[in-house]
Amino acid sequence: MSPQTTDVLVIGSGFGGAIPAYHLAAAGARVTVLERGPRLATEDFTHDLDLGAYPRIVDVIKGDGISVVAGNCVGGGSVVYFAASLRAPSFVFDRRDASGRRLWPASLSRAALDPWYEQVEQALPVTKLDWPDVSYAGGVLAAACDRAGHTCNPVPVAVDRARCTDCNWMLSGCRFGAKRSMLLNYLPAAEAHGAEIRPLHEVQLIRPSTVPGYRYAVDYTTVDPADYTCPTGAGTLHTKVLVLAAGAVGTPVLLQRSALALGGVPPAVGGYFSGNGDRVSVAELDEGKVRSLLGLARSATVAYEALHIGMPITAASFDRLDARAPEFSRFTLQQIYFPTVTNSLAQTAGGRWSGVAKKQMRARWRSWLTVLAMTEDEAEGSFGVPPLTGSFTRLANGLGLGTMRFAPTAGTRRGWSEADTHARAVLERDGLATVRPWSEDVAGTVTAHPLASCRLGDSAAISALTELNELRTHPGLFVTDGAAVPTSLTVNPSLTIAALAERACPAIAARCAQYGVAVRYAPSDPLTGATRGGDIAAAARAVAARAGA
Amino acid sequence: MEPLPGIDRRAMLRGLAAAVAALPALGTMAAPAAAAPAAAATLGSWPVSTLEAFADTLVPGERRSPSDRAIAGAASGPGAVQAGVITLLTSPDLPLNPLLPGIAALLDARATAYAISRLILLPLDRPPFVGLSFDHRTTLVTGLFRADDLDRPIWQLLAFLVGLAFDTAAHRHTAQALAEGHPGLVWTGFPQPDADGLWRYPSHSYGTALAEPHPATTPSGSPA
Repeated sequence: MSPQTTDVLVIGSGFGGAIPAYHLAAAGARVTVLERGPRLATEDFTHDLDLGAYPRIVDVIKGDGISVVAGNCVGGGSVVYFAASLRAPSFVFDRRDASGRRLWPASLSRAALDPWYEQVEQALPVTKLDWPDVSYAGGVLAAACDRAGHTCNPVPVAVDRARCTDCNWMLSGCRFGAKRSMLLNYLPAAEAHGAEIRPLHEVQLIRPSTVPGYRYAVDYTTVDPADYTCPTGAGTLHTKVLVLAAGAVGTPVLLQRSALALGGVPPAVGGYFSGNGDRVSVAELDEGKVRSLLGLARSATVAYEALHIGMPITAASFDRLDARAPEFSRFTLQQIYFPTVTNSLAQTAGGRWSGVAKKQMRARWRSWLTVLAMTEDEAEGSFGVPPLTGSFTRLANGLGLGTMRFAPTAGTRRGWSEADTHARAVLERDGLATVRPWSEDVAGTVTAHPLASCRLGDSAAISALTELNELRTHPGLFVTDGAAVPTSLTVNPSLTIAALAERACPAIAARCAQYGVAVRYAPSDPLTGATRGGDIAAAARAVAARAGA
Repeated sequence: MEPLPGIDRRAMLRGLAAAVAALPALGTMAAPAAAAPAAAATLGSWPVSTLEAFADTLVPGERRSPSDRAIAGAASGPGAVQAGVITLLTSPDLPLNPLLPGIAALLDARATAYAISRLILLPLDRPPFVGLSFDHRTTLVTGLFRADDLDRPIWQLLAFLVGLAFDTAAHRHTAQALAEGHPGLVWTGFPQPDADGLWRYPSHSYGTALAEPHPATTPSGSPA
């Protein structure tokens, strides 16, 4: 039997995988995408908290001191994310470590990434919300910010507002085809150019290929669609260029397991893991004061009672993103909704998350307002010895135990403390609400934004990837997911992950050409196929030149 | 690609995944999944009672009858037990079934040690943890979540599932659970869906500008 081969193998189909899959397929390469999770279409997504429903496409992965929520389906995190699409503020790209080393490559600034941000905003596309799109919850945060002397913005989202029903089930995928996941743009466009997407394929090992002309061999198992712990088969694919985009909790583990077979991987693989500084708090609102202090009411009798209504993220305050402020004092404060899966984490006045008072707090659930601060952390997490298979030990669909450890440093704790103080100053003013961060007892710190576990940079000592996303020790092996992002971002990371993946594409195409794959890359729109000119084309030429094209 | 043999391998992998990683302290106690009892019916009344008491400590409820011992009766209204926590823990969607007797035994061992160290006389007609008062159960359970507790991952996982039973009716389809009046969903005020079982909110916004946007906002709505 002849070996299975492809020009470009992409592992993972979220933002980091779908974008290179499209551009390389459009450039003329044979592209194969392996995705661990199942493939669901719009009509397959359900409004259901049954354990047989959302755990098909979402994993909660518990580590030591941190728990991560991550996508597990074709489209990856883009299927289950909350669609907030923000560019990271300029100062983020200038952050340095304690030794004074830049954490981002010198070639990457906000200005340098802006053309790529614009490319993604047009491709998804991103919609700038107006106030009638802002949920009741977002409205309360905005009014409270205003009353406390702060600004507050409607958040741009990757949502087709004409289709959106404001159902607030984004974690379960979008039943109405409104959320612009990779299923609606890059992935179908990649397939239109011949890319093959294989769901339920879990990659286990990367090693050098023994097939002449091919650089890497990737061993995978296929898994049972009803029970992902059960393998149904196995195989190997040989590729000239490999794009690893298995997510920030998948990519480093796969490289760790493959280290021996690959003759070693950079020491920074699996280090510097960041939870994006995520800090969630529940504010219990005084309904009477929502009316009397903020002047808000849904009806003659109800002021708020609307935690569950509308898009999960609609408003955010940028007031604490001052570039001149000290590190660990800068963050975005954002209104957010978490499904009731997380209710256990909310704390009562005594700092308890269980018992009689907590049960009474649950009875006031509709009057909760959840806020997320995205702060500056120190990327202090790391991954331990990888499990025998997969990127974590799966207990059931939707539930697993990872090897990552996160012990917050003083700097990270300072960031959280600053955010807590600010949230209280805004929301507890004159007794509007009581604000308490989620308990860390049940799950450690919880993040839906894992980052930086295989990051890019200029220094080999602290980054596993070159400034163009290539694994330092292995030409032709690129990492393009959240793992590549060097630091926490103080905003939701999806747009930055996507912009960096876009930026990597000319470099990946240059490698393809060097390895004998006939490609003609040009930045283009996945929905229309139209080639981009202007700043984006210039940025693409600059990247290609640095990649040696 | 050659299909691997079916059900035995599946059961073995499940048991391994749970025993090896999740619950290291119980690895030696856990029977292989393939040989384990299939459902809660065979769990036995003592383990069930202990697990119910644990769940009741986290999300307390009223007693099901005057003779109820597992539920301490510390709060009015339904708690995690009424919300179906045992049905969830024994769900075929989770690989916990063979481990539950061990978890209950571990909790009872902790309760015995707790009682001895405080000179509390435990009744002999019920599991040790069930023999503790609600306040003592609470003190004991709080300690299980301290960072230095070796078995902490077990209690964290169990607490997570207790929460799911009450807050999400995780063993039922949500629309169905609401139609049946699931105690947890009713308690929290979880909204009803439209007639087709889907949720929609045509009214979702106060509809007016409520704050000034940040002056440095870019044309696409991002911070500068």
